[in-house]
Amino acid sequence: MAEKEVRLMKGNEVIAHAAVHCGCDGYFGYPITPQSEVMETLMELKPWETTGMVVLQAESEVSSINMVYGGAATGKKVMTSSSSPGVSLMSEGLSYLAAGQLPCLVVNCQRGGPGLGTIQPSQGDYFQACKGGGHGDYHLIVLAPASVQEMYDFVGLGFDLAFKYRTPAMLLADGAIGQMMEKVVFSEQKPRRTDEQVVEECGSWASCGKGKRKHKNVATSLFLQPDELEALNQKLQATYREIEAHEVRYEEYMCDDADYILVAFGSSARISLAAVDMAREQGIKLGLLRPITLYPFPYAPLKAMAERGVKGFISVELNAGQMVEDVRLAVEGKAPVKHFGAMGGMIFNPESVLEALKSNLIK
Amino acid sequence: MAEVEIKAENLVYAKPRLITDTVMHYCPGCSHGTVHKLIAEVIDEMGLEDKTIAVSPVGCSVLAYNYLDVDWIEAAHGRACAVATAAKRLHPEHMVFTYQGDGDLSAIGTAETIHAAARGENIVTIFINNAIYGMTGGQMSPTTLLGMKTATTPYGRDAKLNGFPYKVADMIAHLDGTTYITRQSVHTPANVRKCKKAIRKAFENALAGNGYSMVEVVATCNSGWKMSPVEANKWMEENLLPVYPLGDIKCTTLPK
Repeated sequence: MAEKEVRLMKGNEVIAHAAVHCGCDGYFGYPITPQSEVMETLMELKPWETTGMVVLQAESEVSSINMVYGGAATGKKVMTSSSSPGVSLMSEGLSYLAAGQLPCLVVNCQRGGPGLGTIQPSQGDYFQACKGGGHGDYHLIVLAPASVQEMYDFVGLGFDLAFKYRTPAMLLADGAIGQMMEKVVFSEQKPRRTDEQVVEECGSWASCGKGKRKHKNVATSLFLQPDELEALNQKLQATYREIEAHEVRYEEYMCDDADYILVAFGSSARISLAAVDMAREQGIKLGLLRPITLYPFPYAPLKAMAERGVKGFISVELNAGQMVEDVRLAVEGKAPVKHFGAMGGMIFNPESVLEALKSNLIK
Repeated sequence: MAEVEIKAENLVYAKPRLITDTVMHYCPGCSHGTVHKLIAEVIDEMGLEDKTIAVSPVGCSVLAYNYLDVDWIEAAHGRACAVATAAKRLHPEHMVFTYQGDGDLSAIGTAETIHAAARGENIVTIFINNAIYGMTGGQMSPTTLLGMKTATTPYGRDAKLNGFPYKVADMIAHLDGTTYITRQSVHTPANVRKCKKAIRKAFENALAGNGYSMVEVVATCNSGWKMSPVEANKWMEENLLPVYPLGDIKCTTLPK
């Protein structure tokens, strides 16, 4: 087997490479810091000359998400990327994509909010990503990369899950993961699906021209009769139950004998990992549970930890306390659950995480 | 009622093959049905049934996908030209068109429309301009005439209060990416024939990769205008057409 290509790259840059490598058909985006390198890298790579991938700079995030909607509705593998304020503008489109059961990938390289906020990293969009954002009862599959390698790997994974369940997927990164440089191992180039393969895979629903099909396909989220709309909602909810049953992903670090557990994702998880090592050196039995999927959330392993006697949990997040609500739901009051965070683009260090543990839980 | 057999030699008119049997929700006298028919005929005559992707708007024609037997994508309000842009770029051999009213296109969808046109996307927009929001109950749209009474301009549109109407087709005709911009109507048999020719020309333009085309159809909304169909046609001729005159606005090729 040929040796895999290893590169040193920014998280945002690998998103672009991963898109090309996984056979993405189209990227539609609008510049916004701290993720503009995604589209810049794609424009440099010129994939339309190699794989035939379309790359287009839209006039707004509203337009780019609706381009994604249009591309996804034809069965193509399409994506966009943005950062927090841009993703707010995309929320309308995400609701339509979810309602239309259209697979796609949206990358949110989060920055500090609310409002125009700052360009520094944040995890303030957890609620928006996991609890809706747009209108109506829907979920996105939300993946939280904690390294440049995961930025790369989750592009392909996100598309696979999106197509498996016919639902939009989101890669919820942050400015730190997007801007940091790390080693990344590239996968082999996957060919883009041919139009015939798209018809074979998605022909039952995709509006890609009738071709040999007798009936028309319509991508729509309009169901004026309430019983019909309820039926769509029931179908969506059934899909979400399937996703919750089969796609929960998380990583444990030193959890087996831990008295206390940190719960953290993305860049917070990296800081928390160092805090665990520091705690262990001081004889404190601390562990880390890192959700990889934020939706579906790893409720079961957290509940199991609480039931086996973990003395307390701290949800460590770059926000005012959002994921902590899910940790509390998981623990069901069996142990104290605290939040430790920083807002507005500020970042904590491992020492302050450890201090929070000591002052909040170890009395 | 018994089926009546019509001999081929006696058949002078039939529903276009690509118009479905679904009963249309449009009000009697509305222009939408006529324009749908023309599009269905053009698609059939050009042999494009299998490779057409149509994009419907939000507004009265939100359900257009129920009536025309091709693949459809129902866009969010105003976003049709963005949706169509991606569909066309990902399926460059296909015929991709949007069907939009004046609320959808000239108000909430202004940015998407102008930028698709400016980029010279090889798509067609059929723009039904009846100067009112029909679906939501007859409110003012950007193309509502000064003095015109609507649900949100009950004393008539006043420029000081409500701003001025604007001419979308004339405006986008200034863009390099647009090559065929025309304004038509369907209120007389002669106009129906001219409109069909324009739609065909626009479709041919898009398939030839000659940039963005728009066929604006100045249309009636007799329910919204609170007139009989006949009165609405007359009112349109006397009031809308002087502001939105019929004819080709631009017919050219993309700049080199």
